[in-house]
Amino acid sequence: MQIILNNRSETFKGQELTVSEIMELKSFRFKMLVVRLNDQLVKKEDYATTIVKEGDDLKIIHLVSGG
Amino acid sequence: MPTFNQIRSVLSQKTVGIAGAGGLGSNCAAALLRSGVGKLIIADYDVVSEPNLNRQFYFRDQIGQKKVFALADNLARIEPEDCVQVHDTKITEDNISLIYSTCDVVVEAFDEASEKEMFINYMLTHFPDKPLVAGSGMAGWGRLELLKSDNSGNLYICGDEESEVSENNPPLAPRVGIVSNMQADKVLELLLERKKLH
Repeated sequence: MQIILNNRSETFKGQELTVSEIMELKSFRFKMLVVRLNDQLVKKEDYATTIVKEGDDLKIIHLVSGG
Repeated sequence: MPTFNQIRSVLSQKTVGIAGAGGLGSNCAAALLRSGVGKLIIADYDVVSEPNLNRQFYFRDQIGQKKVFALADNLARIEPEDCVQVHDTKITEDNISLIYSTCDVVVEAFDEASEKEMFINYMLTHFPDKPLVAGSGMAGWGRLELLKSDNSGNLYICGDEESEVSENNPPLAPRVGIVSNMQADKVLELLLERKKLH
């Protein structure tokens, strides 16, 4: 499947993946994140159950300390 | 293009919330006030300390003062009209709505990533239609080409999303100032674009 991940087109094997699986595949290991799927907030407890499909727009935003 | 007076007359009707009065919040507040934003609502519980002076809009003789009161004093020297409402309190999920519900746009200006996450999640859940301008990644110096402003719906993120502050990668005035002003500029864009001034 092809999705938009952080503004870039990305292709993954398979028809659908969970948000957690995509984070694992892409090695996103920051602790503090904001995840938005098609402009909707995905809560931390829902990463493992939220399905990402062909054509979806997924944003995984890293929050790092400093300000 | 509009004149500064036209810009000011639009902005004077607007309220902007700022969550945190450190390096991002204090400098962003000054930029917004100078631009003519009518009302700022700022909350923080911290006290001005010596290490803050390397990047935050405070002065040496304010060390020991509560940040929100010191900031209100400094902002009043720019604009004496009563434009600033401050809350000397720690921002939690229990008081975010109370403090920021009347704002046209809200700026996330915390230091700690965990607080950023808490605030952004709360705002996106409870105020999904309110534009939120957050900051993430501004430690160190240089690498200006990495600084960017990204958005997902009503959430805007300024910074490089990777330069985390640590003992060996401290926050410094230029890069923190740049990101705080990127946030202020995004706020202006959000407040002015709907008016079609151009």
